[in-house]
Amino acid sequence: MTVVIDRTRAGQKEAGPASAAEKARRRGDPGGGLYKPRAPIYPKQVRGPWRNLKWGLMIVTLAIYYITPWIRWDRPGALPDQAVLVDFAGRRFYLFDLQFWPQEVYFITGLLVMAALALFLASALFGRLWCGYACPQTIWTDLFIQVERLFEGDRNARMRRDAASWSLDKAWRKSGKHLVWLGIAFGTGGAWIFYFHDAPTVLVQFWTGQAPATAYIFCALLTFTTYVFAGTLREQVCTYMCPWPRIQGALIDQDSLQVTYRIDRGEPRGPHKKGASWEGRGGCIDCDQCVVVCPMGIDIRNGAQLECINCGLCADACDEMMDRIDRPRGLIGYDTDKAVAARAAGQAAVYRLVRPRTLFYAAALVLVSGLMLWGLIHRQAFDVHVLRDRNPIAVRLADGSVRNGYTLKIANRSFADADARIRFDGPSGALLKTPAAPVAADGVSARIEANTVRAVRVFVTLPEHAAEHASQHGDDGDEGEGESESLPVAFTVTLPEGAMTVKSTFITDPGARP
Amino acid sequence: MSAPETQRDSGPVPTTGHEWDGIRELDNPLPRWWLWIFYASVVYAIGYWILMPAWPGLTGYTRGVLGKSDRAAVVEQLSELKTLRGQQNARLSQASLQEIESDPQLQAHALAVGQSVFGDNCATCHGVGGIGSKGYANLRDDVWLWGGTLEDIHRTLQYGIRSGHPQARISQMPAFGKDQILTAAQVDDQTEFVVALSGRPANAAAVQRAAPVYAANCVACHGPEGRGDPLQGAPNLTDKEWLYGSERQDIKAQIHAGRGGVMPAWSGRLDPETVKALAVYVHANAAGQ
Repeated sequence: MTVVIDRTRAGQKEAGPASAAEKARRRGDPGGGLYKPRAPIYPKQVRGPWRNLKWGLMIVTLAIYYITPWIRWDRPGALPDQAVLVDFAGRRFYLFDLQFWPQEVYFITGLLVMAALALFLASALFGRLWCGYACPQTIWTDLFIQVERLFEGDRNARMRRDAASWSLDKAWRKSGKHLVWLGIAFGTGGAWIFYFHDAPTVLVQFWTGQAPATAYIFCALLTFTTYVFAGTLREQVCTYMCPWPRIQGALIDQDSLQVTYRIDRGEPRGPHKKGASWEGRGGCIDCDQCVVVCPMGIDIRNGAQLECINCGLCADACDEMMDRIDRPRGLIGYDTDKAVAARAAGQAAVYRLVRPRTLFYAAALVLVSGLMLWGLIHRQAFDVHVLRDRNPIAVRLADGSVRNGYTLKIANRSFADADARIRFDGPSGALLKTPAAPVAADGVSARIEANTVRAVRVFVTLPEHAAEHASQHGDDGDEGEGESESLPVAFTVTLPEGAMTVKSTFITDPGARP
Repeated sequence: MSAPETQRDSGPVPTTGHEWDGIRELDNPLPRWWLWIFYASVVYAIGYWILMPAWPGLTGYTRGVLGKSDRAAVVEQLSELKTLRGQQNARLSQASLQEIESDPQLQAHALAVGQSVFGDNCATCHGVGGIGSKGYANLRDDVWLWGGTLEDIHRTLQYGIRSGHPQARISQMPAFGKDQILTAAQVDDQTEFVVALSGRPANAAAVQRAAPVYAANCVACHGPEGRGDPLQGAPNLTDKEWLYGSERQDIKAQIHAGRGGVMPAWSGRLDPETVKALAVYVHANAAGQ
């Protein structure tokens, strides 16, 4: 039941304004040369609910982007007071009350998996929502097009001016537009660096030449890409560079809602004179409003296309026109291929948003989100690792007792200093020693400063008889003479969050000495 | 599943003319900006040849007008590293040994510096883990010929033992057999006496014969009970630690021609703060004292 895109017919069509993509295709036809020039697109201003939604989302997303680095968040001591900060030099990611360390990169992995699944689910349900409403390429292109309109006017004025010869009026409008574009692009690149350094500090440093080189490089890079991608490349980024349109084919099926020209209502199309009968013809009057408003330069009436970003502006344009000629709205709207085909065959349209594919995506998304939430809730601010010395594995002391060395790596991811009490769980009679502290039987203490990992050296000495006695009981029978024997032991580290026990071993036989 | 491709699918775009298992490739033109990127890359390459080292020649290579050199960059980075370390080392040289050991940050720094310097300079004789070998002291246990306190270790590191440094500590185990201070039979008896001192079974008659000879010749350094004297570097003969071996023949060889190991002085070779860090490292990893 696939709606076949019949491009041969469109190619033969001569009357009416053809879409930019259509023109480009024609130029790329046999004998058109190796390289294809871009056909300029002059999207017309449009009003309607989808356009309003796009305005709203543009304001919200841009506000998030520009305001986030300026949110202050009080943290104790010398820690940065920025709510969201990616501190590469300090290897920390600060997110409000949390701080993530590079060891916890799995949280970012989980976030990316969640983002991918959410994208899959949205695509299977509603088509390319991301492309049409939330993608930075779409948002900034939309903004740049609006700036263009402010300087050069809407579609018709722009086309006239572009066709006209150069004049003072054309020159100032063009240069004004490019200046504002560059300003926005610079603002985009400039805001980016605030995420990686303390925003007020780096703002001052930036203008006094004190900022790190990376700040200038990334500001310049993002200024350049914003200016070029949103100003001149626009839809070509989506069509040629972005892999997402290709992935779409696997994610959208005949039950996915997407911006659709309802052929069952529209065909056969043709111009309509006021007062003429609507009998025996479709609702499309070939006014081409859907074509002239399209920022991607396509004709939605050719069916689902690679270029379509599902933004719904053609639906707004069509509704506006239908209102004017007093016909029902919705000739173009969010619909499924299956519903269109069913109605064309005279049956009732059935919408199946709940289907195995969407259920699977939703279940996977809930599962991964649940895992992430569980991980965040059970995330501990402290981490203990015990590294046993490997060289020497053990040392025999003058009185015959045996000493093993351990390094306890205690990470403090909280914002406050913590006192750790380290106890040894093993045979009785063990003595603990850490540098700069007296030998103790009941354990050693260490202060773990906020936001650091401290390596605490701990030496455990077992009296000769305790080591021998324990190893006789601890082993499973095969006690060969001279074999190095190990006892299962553990360290219990008591921290403000509670006690953590980490297993290790104690080697009772250091081997022969000369 | 798949229907044969028709003209309706591909439109008027021609194919490349090749066919692989029924798959044909559409010959769509590339966008023109793609071509511009290619030209821009060519221009970039030419600029790169001028600015950066690029072309090999018979006697060298083109240096490029920017004068970029990885070798020079490494030298610069090393000097930056030295300044960076200088700040931390300044703290090491100002603090006392005890302060270094008890301040967690300084201690961590000293242990890190110490471990790396130990591996470079000390591991050759004492082993990477510091347990030494025959003739080379074990630095991990609680037996210290010249004292195992932080100060003792620091002093030994600075000036060495029998190193020729004016402040080095010196002692000499006499070669009782070689220099004919004792007869061969007396050396044998002394060996039995030392074995008995360390709590092992020995020839009782020989031990009895050796007692007055021990009192006359050995007590000055090793003490009446054989517990040694760290001030003179005299080893404790009653424990289980033997620098030159615990067997009778090892002990006899040592009485016959006493050996004294040489520990080099490091004060001239390493920075004072590095020696301090090394002392803290060795002391932190040693048992006792």
